[in-house]
Amino acid sequence: MNEQAIPAQGHPLLEARGVHKAYRRGAHRVEVLRGVDLAVVPGEFVAVVGQSGSGKSTLLHLLGTLDVPDQGQILFRGRRVDNVSARTRDRLRNASIGMVFQFYHLLPELTLLENVLCPWMIRYGPWAYWRRRRELESHARELLARLGLGHRLYHRPKELSGGEMQRGAIARALITQPELLLADEPTGNLDSRTGGEILRLLASLHREQGLTIVMVTHDPQVAAAADRVVQLQDGRVLAADQPAAMRAAG
Amino acid sequence: MYKFLLCWRYLKARWIALASIVSVTLGVATMIVVNAVMSGFQHEMHVRLKGILADVIIESRSFEGLPDPEAHLALIRRHVGQEVESATVSVHVPAMLSFQVGGRWITRPVTLIGIDPATCASTCRFAEYLQHPANRSRVSFQLHEGGYYTRDPEGGEKAGVRRGMDLAGWPWRRWRARQRLSAAQGTSPLEGQAKKPQGNEQSSSRDLVHLELSAAQLRQSGTSAQAAAALYESLLKQMGYRLVEKQISPQGDLELLAAPGVGGADEQSLPQDPFAAAGQQEQKTFDPAREQYTGCILGMAIASVRRSDGSEDFLLLPGDDVKLTLPTAGTPPKAVTETFTVVDFYASKMSEYDANFVFVPIDKLQELRGMLDPETGTRYVSSIQLKLRDPSKAAQVRDRLRKVFSSTYYVVQTWRDRQGPLLAAVQMETAILNVLLFLIIAVAGFGILAIFFMIVVEKTRDIGILKALGAHSTGVLGVFLGYGLSLGMVGAGAGLALGLLFVHYLNQIADGLGRLTGHRVFDPSIYYFYEIPTLVDVWTVAWIVLGALAIAVLASVWPATRAARLRVVEALRYE
Ligand SMILES: Nc1ncnc2c1ncn2[C@@H]1O[C@H](COP(=O)(O)OP(=O)(O)OP(=O)(O)O)[C@@H](O)[C@H]1O
Ligand SMILES: [Mg+2]
Repeated sequence: MNEQAIPAQGHPLLEARGVHKAYRRGAHRVEVLRGVDLAVVPGEFVAVVGQSGSGKSTLLHLLGTLDVPDQGQILFRGRRVDNVSARTRDRLRNASIGMVFQFYHLLPELTLLENVLCPWMIRYGPWAYWRRRRELESHARELLARLGLGHRLYHRPKELSGGEMQRGAIARALITQPELLLADEPTGNLDSRTGGEILRLLASLHREQGLTIVMVTHDPQVAAAADRVVQLQDGRVLAADQPAAMRAAG
Repeated sequence: MYKFLLCWRYLKARWIALASIVSVTLGVATMIVVNAVMSGFQHEMHVRLKGILADVIIESRSFEGLPDPEAHLALIRRHVGQEVESATVSVHVPAMLSFQVGGRWITRPVTLIGIDPATCASTCRFAEYLQHPANRSRVSFQLHEGGYYTRDPEGGEKAGVRRGMDLAGWPWRRWRARQRLSAAQGTSPLEGQAKKPQGNEQSSSRDLVHLELSAAQLRQSGTSAQAAAALYESLLKQMGYRLVEKQISPQGDLELLAAPGVGGADEQSLPQDPFAAAGQQEQKTFDPAREQYTGCILGMAIASVRRSDGSEDFLLLPGDDVKLTLPTAGTPPKAVTETFTVVDFYASKMSEYDANFVFVPIDKLQELRGMLDPETGTRYVSSIQLKLRDPSKAAQVRDRLRKVFSSTYYVVQTWRDRQGPLLAAVQMETAILNVLLFLIIAVAGFGILAIFFMIVVEKTRDIGILKALGAHSTGVLGVFLGYGLSLGMVGAGAGLALGLLFVHYLNQIADGLGRLTGHRVFDPSIYYFYEIPTLVDVWTVAWIVLGALAIAVLASVWPATRAARLRVVEALRYE
């Protein structure tokens, strides 16, 4: 498994190689992931499906460098990211990975606009941020307007509907223009119509901007929006799930 | 950047946390108020304690004093000349003061101080405590026609009335002279009104003399209890008294009880009233209605009795005559008695001084004590007092002078050395009180700690989100430490404002409380001040505020490190 083995044009953006993860609960270990292999090429929209408790969220957290595997490797743009310093991973998350969660996870004390600006505020110190705030703010406004939230800029999350919050969360994930978007049940908490809207939004982002998306869901119908569906069972990925580009190359 | 925004938003959103810092606010406010009042009192006390002492005092170890002060001053000028603003000399000697009230002789132990009116006022705080406006600007030992303060000028309207002070001065002296004359002739000085004659003052009974001198008073006079006891014993003996009891407490307080001498050989040789002979001789040439003896200034507490409403009654008024019996400078000391006319009062509001000091012109005292060499004309003084340009350099000047004046013959001290034990005691009290009060803020710190833990638990998911968005652990730490700091700033800031406002309106508040409860919060008759003295020391306040901030930050360190250590995945799972 070295880098030469992978054809240049199919160079995966994100890769999991033999990832194991177990949680210790009291005396016994719960083996959640037992050797997951997954590769996502740039511009792909992958859905990860599996039963509740099958380890989808766990896998997504590992892919998003929020946690480190017990065994195996996670590679981003061909570089290992599971064994680097916490600081490097923080920086990578901030710059290159956007994340969307089932429960939106907006900060309740901040307005929608401030929530969207959060990744920038985390990246820049007060002085640097203050200097660029006009540019950054107008960018955030534009993005929110594009997502149909132009009239909700100064609302607190609790004044927004679920769909609006999730769109806000997507805006926050996209504000730094990451290459990769990780979504954990983005429609899980929404009714089917609003969920559909969110899905269409993700699909259009993927189509029009070539955004690479990994979406976790337990709903096959939702998964259908993706290019490729990966089945997670017994801590492993079920067969025949090579990325289309790699399949073509291999 | 997010740290500041979040701190600010948390501060605005979490009222419960603001409630937790109310105790910080109250603690800071209390500390500021208590310290302001304490240092107000302390300041007053320092001013009073310093009293007649200048910055640096040079004394002779010998009872006779140091000769030729001019030569000493020249030496001082040569060594520390540029530091010295002014200098004065004085003579201190323990003495007995006797005066008549209602036909009875009252005898009190006093410290007699000979001062140089010209230089004393510019070197020590002396003139400002006198009770005649003219004497405040220029000290004189001449009796004034009138115009003595009938109320304490510092107290304004609040000060109690000084009964009889409106008569003080020459009018009182004239009236007394007339009264004495008519008493002798059996008629009343007030026409038409029959008044019982006062009786023969000269043959009035003589009571037991009870002397009590506290250790502090003795320290003022610069003597030990044993030395003072020996001296007073010999004075009393020469005045015709016999020692009945002598007690020196372990603290160094001296108590003497003496009875008029009976049966002894002394009794026969002494007239019944030791002053009678002297008085009768002088009366032939002396008209008390128009002339005065050498002036003396009495500590006001010697002559007055203070009532609970703050008003004062006087046993003596400026214009009355008193007798002073003092030891001469020779060995063994002999008692000499001289009549003086009270010309003013000294009221520094330091009771130990006001009840103990009698001031007379230094040259008169030197003459009486034989402190001048008849051949050379050199005078002796007990001490040289120096006022410095920069009082904070007192210790430095003292050390330099100690090299010049050998400790075998001289005692060189700053006024703080003199008052050392008392100052140290007060300092100690302040320190202990501050420690106790600071504990209040420390308790508030635990409140913050508890509430912070709650907030960190409540914000677990948000912490996870921040980390998922790329925030470092140190950043999260910063958010919560910053939150603690800003809570501390709000708390301490509010406390600062509250405390300063309280101090500013303290007297109004005390008055208001007094009116509300009908009970006077601050009783001027106890403290001799008419308002609660306050003094806000910028550094003390700064330390209090910094301490409160430090406690708020310290209390948030633990919860904040916990927040920083939270594992993202678990934090995100947290519902
Ligand atoms: N921090 C943890 N400590 C202990 N066990 C954990 C922890 N996180 C996850 N697990 C366990 O790991 C298993 C997989 O959890 P995970 O959340 O990945 O499942 P999931 O597929 O996302 O389920 P769902 O569809 O319900 O979200 C579960 O059995 C869960 O109980
Ligand atoms: Mg899940």
